[in-house]
Amino acid sequence: MYVATKGGERAIDAAHQWLAEERRGDPAIPELSVDQIREQMTLAVNRVMAEGSLYDPDLAGLAIKQARGDLIEAVFLLRAYRTTLPRFGASEPVDTGEMRITRRISATFKDAPGGQILGPTFDYTHRLLDFKLMAEGETPTAQQKPSDPVDAPHILSLLDRDGLMEPLEQTDATPADLTREPMSMPADRPLRLQALARGDEGFVLSMAYSTQRGYGRTHAFVGELRIGTCDVEMFVPELGFAIEIGEIELTECETVNQFTGSKTQPPQFTRGYGLVMGQSERKAISVSLVDRALRWDELGEDNVGAPAQDTEFVLYHCDNIQATGFLEHIKLPHYVDFQSELELIRKIRRAAETPMQEAAE
Amino acid sequence: MSISDQDQRKDYMGVLARARPDRLAALLPDLPDHTWLRAPEIGTTMVRGRVGASGAPFNLGEMTVTRCTLQLADGAVGHAYVQGRDKGHATRAALIDALIQSGQQPEVTTPLLTTLRTEETERRRIRDAKAAATKVEFFTMVRGED
Repeated sequence: MYVATKGGERAIDAAHQWLAEERRGDPAIPELSVDQIREQMTLAVNRVMAEGSLYDPDLAGLAIKQARGDLIEAVFLLRAYRTTLPRFGASEPVDTGEMRITRRISATFKDAPGGQILGPTFDYTHRLLDFKLMAEGETPTAQQKPSDPVDAPHILSLLDRDGLMEPLEQTDATPADLTREPMSMPADRPLRLQALARGDEGFVLSMAYSTQRGYGRTHAFVGELRIGTCDVEMFVPELGFAIEIGEIELTECETVNQFTGSKTQPPQFTRGYGLVMGQSERKAISVSLVDRALRWDELGEDNVGAPAQDTEFVLYHCDNIQATGFLEHIKLPHYVDFQSELELIRKIRRAAETPMQEAAE
Repeated sequence: MSISDQDQRKDYMGVLARARPDRLAALLPDLPDHTWLRAPEIGTTMVRGRVGASGAPFNLGEMTVTRCTLQLADGAVGHAYVQGRDKGHATRAALIDALIQSGQQPEVTTPLLTTLRTEETERRRIRDAKAAATKVEFFTMVRGED
């Protein structure tokens, strides 16, 4: 039996009107502006940009407001908007060595050239609620120390110079793009880094944590974590050369991990890498740990069956929009599907009851 | 176009792209007459990084960009590609490009670019100074005889 159903428009309209009212909250409280979200909920904005895979702080702020602070819903809004835009091209690869640094730390070298720059970090705070923030009107100011821009070479490049790091593949090959071609396995490292950069922070964090707890142990040191702004350059055909089209904030993490080597090659440290849009160091560290775990094959390591070693599992489940789309669709009408289940279970029960009745008689 | 002209154009186009749209609007309130060769259009650029900072390129994610191309009455053409979705920003950037390319109104464009450069340098100086204030000075404690 197939029954087409219509209706619900009036209920849907009323639901959306109520949603709008609830979004606004108590009208006696001043309305939140997108500017306020962008300036004061910056890390939420950064997360929505990273997972929405679109760098635009105003739009991310708007998405957060529209989604009532549901960040995955906000990511969804940003992704949907992105699909309406034409793409003008791809940038030159950003040069993170030229980053204007706001934070830069190394867990491996205390006296790294350029120094340890803490930046605006939550580290070393006591994680006690600060009730002063409930009172309005404070405008704190940061200390300043006149200085030249931080000249900070990548710390791993220092180990590289001594031949202690595994060499990086040098190529300018055009990378695969999962927004243009559906992801396919095996996924190479550039494709994996794209998927992880837009992956759900919670998922990538848990995968990274699992490697630390022994599920595919890779023993990572944070060689360097840096946050700052980088210029974005793009080749413009009508000009015939590349120009800077803007600047974006990035977080980059490079990990140093245990060794690779062979009878012919002396041992070298191996690398994990994470690059994320915005200020998002938990995510960048997580990406670099998962990146390293996924490299077991190319580094000749054993597959111990750890989830974080399973490229297909990690990449096909890290996208929270794909995940929530499939998960949440099951709450939508499945009346007909369920009708067939009902008929099936009744038939099975009838079949089971008949011999029982016969036995009883 | 000679290399130095190209470098100069590249440099000021970067300054214009990074300028704040409202600041640029305040510095160039009146728009010279122009016709569109390509009206302002919002789109994206795929930003790329490199594996391990210096290895193979990969696609990191997109950023919003607005571009346009216009022509002044005398035929000079200006281009703009600027971050964000502000069509006024792209329009003004392209106008300034066209004016500079045709050598017109240096009394407008030169001080405008100087102002934008100065303000950008100042913003960066303050940020560098804040970063420098959070630089760790280590003190080594000596224990034992040697």
